[in-house]
Amino acid sequence: MSQHVDLLIIGAGPAGMAAGLAAAPSGVSIAILDDNPLPGGQIWRDGPQAQLPDQATHMRAQLQHHANIQLHSASKVVALAGRKKLLLEDAERGWVLSYDKLILCTGARELLLPFPGWTLPGVTGAGGLQALIKGGLPVSGERIVIAGSGPLLLASAATAKKNGANVVRIAEQAALSAVGGFATGLWQWPNKAIQAVTLASSAYRTSAHVLEALGSDRLEAVRMKIGSRVEEIPCDRLACGFSLVPNTEIGKALGCEIRDRAIAVNEWQASSLADHYAAGECTGFGGSELALVEGRIAALAAIGKEDEARKLWPERQRWQRFADRLNQAFALDPALKKLAKADTLVCRCEDVPYAELADHDSWNTAKLNTRCGMGACQGRICATAAQTLFGWELPHLRPPFSPARIATLVCLDEAGPVE
Amino acid sequence: MPELSIDGQPFRFAQGTTVAAALMSSGDRCSRTSVSGQRRAPLCGMGICQECRVNIDGLRRLACQTICREGMRVETH
Repeated sequence: MSQHVDLLIIGAGPAGMAAGLAAAPSGVSIAILDDNPLPGGQIWRDGPQAQLPDQATHMRAQLQHHANIQLHSASKVVALAGRKKLLLEDAERGWVLSYDKLILCTGARELLLPFPGWTLPGVTGAGGLQALIKGGLPVSGERIVIAGSGPLLLASAATAKKNGANVVRIAEQAALSAVGGFATGLWQWPNKAIQAVTLASSAYRTSAHVLEALGSDRLEAVRMKIGSRVEEIPCDRLACGFSLVPNTEIGKALGCEIRDRAIAVNEWQASSLADHYAAGECTGFGGSELALVEGRIAALAAIGKEDEARKLWPERQRWQRFADRLNQAFALDPALKKLAKADTLVCRCEDVPYAELADHDSWNTAKLNTRCGMGACQGRICATAAQTLFGWELPHLRPPFSPARIATLVCLDEAGPVE
Repeated sequence: MPELSIDGQPFRFAQGTTVAAALMSSGDRCSRTSVSGQRRAPLCGMGICQECRVNIDGLRRLACQTICREGMRVETH
């Protein structure tokens, strides 16, 4: 089974939805692919304990109104299937989709760094906990420690509190001078300043990071460094994420240039590969406002409406300045590279400890000798951690990009030879 | 309230709940056993880490990207 569209958009977060809605009035055929059950991405994740902003609800409703937009939720890219063709899979079937133009809106994931005890049940990502709570995880009455870096910590804490949790500590690794400098500059982006005030918490500490998650079968406490003191905090959950990493895997596999860990784009949001564009967090962390305007620019450029796209450049620049300040303020403390002990697992799929990796000088030799990165997540967690810990280049992802059914792979035969 | 089963045990859920949220609220609140025998629970919550991979009605699925449905049979590993 195969299908063709004029414009394929991968990712239905703010960038992908904005791209689809900007391109739709031109009448081109559009497919939006997303691996979550509902559109919205991570920031606008829906669920029984989620409260979507009006803009998200409105954009989701608008997607339904355009007959030329097909939304494929719960669908993922499995492999390249030839020139401008991708092999896709959903819960029931595999199929090949070909396209003329592609916009990558693949978003970002959390940077999860290994520390002793991080594999214990009860430990999640910071955004991870927020996503799980929105998806219906009850946390009422639980004592929760949130740690790591970036504004996501506060957003995650707010979701936990709203759902009845007792957030006992929020530990930001950056120093007060950096965070404070960032916060006082927020008047330039009034809605961000309001958000910051809304999310403020007395449990917040700067220059603070996790040392160890404690417990036998399950998390019981967290040992943390707060300034020069070490504190042990009993808790039911630890939500720990060190800001975000762009999801560049599909872009990289297609041949798009990657720069500073993100898909490199020009002023039209065009990647180094002709007819392939990228927008939102996969081009660098910048928040939903930047993602929205980038998605619109990419779509308008892709359908040949450069004049309309150009009008959006000043708005993009405004949010890009916000993003630059953000990334500067929350730069990672090198001490975080030293949290893992010799026996701390780095690869959670193949259970490979830090000591086995540390002897190698590149990801490839480490992988060949230890099986790290050869499990189900394909190194998305451990190779990303290893990039931060050891400075190793991220590997090229090999197909299948995520676990797939044999019946799906058989579709590649029908698609003809892969170039 | 609709109901599904997790490792044979009935579990009632609110509409829209993810299977990951259901797993973390029932039984030993875990999703799988690692290659060296550790019990693991959902970690990233957004379809990246694969810690929440389980068997749902005979197919391997990510619990965090699957919404609970009446009568689903979920098996952890």
